Amino acid sequence: MEPITTFTGRLAPLPINDIDTDQIIPARYLKVTDKNGLGAACFSDWRYNADGSPKADFVLNRSEYQGAAVLVGGHNFGCGSSREHAPWALLGAGFKAVISTYFADIFRGNALKNGLLPVQVDAETHRQLISLAEEDPSAQVTVNLEAQTVTLPDGRSVEFPIDPFSRYCLLNGVDQLGFLLGLDEQVAEFERLHPGRVQTTAS
Amino acid sequence: MTTNGNPPKTLFEKVWEKHLVRPQMPDTPAVLYIDLHLVHEVTSPQAFTLLRERGLKVRRPDRTLGTMDHSTPTTPRNAAGIIPVTDAMAAAQLDVMRKNCADFGIPLYDLGTSNQGIVHVIGPEQGFTQPGMTIVCGDSHTSTHGAFGALAFGIGTSEVAHVLATQCLLQNRPQTMAVRVDGRLHPGVTAKDIILAVIAKIGIGGGTGYVFEYMGEAIRALSMEGRMTICNMSIEGGARAGMVAPDDTTFNYVAGRPYAPKGAAWEQALAEWRTLPTDDGATFDNEVVLDANALTPMITYGTNPGMGMPITANVPDPDQLRDVSQKLALDKALRYMDLQPGQKLLGKRVDVVFIGSCTNSRISDLREAAKFIQGRKVADGVRMLVVPGSQQVKAQAEAEGLHEIFKAAGAEWREAGCSMCIAMNGDQLQPGQYAVSTSNRNFEGRQGKGGRTFLASPLTAAATAINGVITDPREMMN
Repeated sequence: MEPITTFTGRLAPLPINDIDTDQIIPARYLKVTDKNGLGAACFSDWRYNADGSPKADFVLNRSEYQGAAVLVGGHNFGCGSSREHAPWALLGAGFKAVISTYFADIFRGNALKNGLLPVQVDAETHRQLISLAEEDPSAQVTVNLEAQTVTLPDGRSVEFPIDPFSRYCLLNGVDQLGFLLGLDEQVAEFERLHPGRVQTTAS
Repeated sequence: MTTNGNPPKTLFEKVWEKHLVRPQMPDTPAVLYIDLHLVHEVTSPQAFTLLRERGLKVRRPDRTLGTMDHSTPTTPRNAAGIIPVTDAMAAAQLDVMRKNCADFGIPLYDLGTSNQGIVHVIGPEQGFTQPGMTIVCGDSHTSTHGAFGALAFGIGTSEVAHVLATQCLLQNRPQTMAVRVDGRLHPGVTAKDIILAVIAKIGIGGGTGYVFEYMGEAIRALSMEGRMTICNMSIEGGARAGMVAPDDTTFNYVAGRPYAPKGAAWEQALAEWRTLPTDDGATFDNEVVLDANALTPMITYGTNPGMGMPITANVPDPDQLRDVSQKLALDKALRYMDLQPGQKLLGKRVDVVFIGSCTNSRISDLREAAKFIQGRKVADGVRMLVVPGSQQVKAQAEAEGLHEIFKAAGAEWREAGCSMCIAMNGDQLQPGQYAVSTSNRNFEGRQGKGGRTFLASPLTAAATAINGVITDPREMMN
């Protein structure tokens, strides 16, 4: 994974609460065995008409929001299904971060493991970002993972929370599996002390 | 439970602490050992790819079990006894699952074989799911297994790879919420109605960051299957896990199942399981209380499981909401559902009734529905699907003749799988159709693009199928 430190990008506003992962990527696109190629299906049911043509007024189809790197979603973003296809689809659609006032926790964890930053801000900042994105699609924000800040065009910086371990992994471009693999001896010791009752391979 | 001088602990705390390979530190999450990892075809392929790229093995194939359920068709078998897979992408995904399980030594309940079924039905049914365990799966409804006093939750595909390779997960410790349901349910009101009422009360994000422990007289009185229905939908309130303290109902359910401990091992297990319930004096970070006596059959009217109400109530009015974003959300939901504020749902015509899913596809669900359907007909113009949760449930239902009751009424009796809950296997609503569904999600398009879902209990679903319009099952009892 590429290290993430700081990036600057334009905003795409989608101020709808409780956006579930079925909207981000409907289940019928999950019959794949790869992570790549899901970007075109991101928000498919909101984005395309029945005949497959783009809905002109949907944010991802509007010319002024093409190339936006930061999606500003509503409260409780990413609720529902645990599908990691949701962050894969958002990354495939070109997003590097999602800003919301609140993230569902499986989505948050999945996003962090793929380098899609869940940036949680207070309600007032969120309102300002939505207005900004709607009024000036060319406006840019800078997300700084090292400092844990998002900087608005007026220069104001707002902090966002991120757990220290995820932050470390993202800044250094390492994934979390490596850390677990390094605990092999401790895991073996745990297994020795806790043999467990269930054996799926027994018949 | 007495505490022998130790500080009192909750059920969650006991299970959590017993599985810590490494405690949470300022810079790293806790490392939690996983006793059982359930794997299905949709959320695992990319995890196996990662293992191959890194040259890693599955650490404990003997604690891993594969099944096929999400993208599998539920169409009846052909003359050769085969369930035909006509969707090329689904067929390819199932082949990848077979290859992954074979290459990594994981037992697999292949499509149509005698133990295959929905991942959250087969674990309990085979006796894999036991009190005090940690159980994960790349599926948010893994919370189902918490009904046994296990800590069970859904994970993403990266985490599936973590567990395959190390049998461990990195987890920040969640908070705890007591969900107490006092009193007794009235006839016609079920476990499904309890959980829909809980979610309507707290909202779909209300449980985020918490593990629920369901307790109280009404929970104690439920069967294991009822408890599974409740724990199953914990995620619909935002909680990753829900638990019920194990008791004799639990032990009687587990006893004698193929993978349950036997003989001396059973006695030893039982002694340990009896220490699991929350100690007197243990505290929770939060609490919500419901009165079962006051509950009626519930139904959802909107596009998330928190948008639920008593079946006799009227659809709420967005103009009555003060919070602007909630008002917008309700307005959007009612437009999608094509419902009017103040409208009654009772008497509303539906196109499809679906009985199935990891929430309500177990034998008791089918028995309850069959009791209602017996001697009656599915209304003209209504398509009713009855989809058993597993091949074992299907065989049991057929041994009891339930399939004949459903078929005689004009319902479809299908093979085991997730079916119309997830609409990625051929079973789906057409745009604009209305369905009463015993599944767990009414999100836009969840049951098929443009489809509209009312979530309800198997009783409400069966009553609705007969009348062709949304029906309070209590009207048809006695």
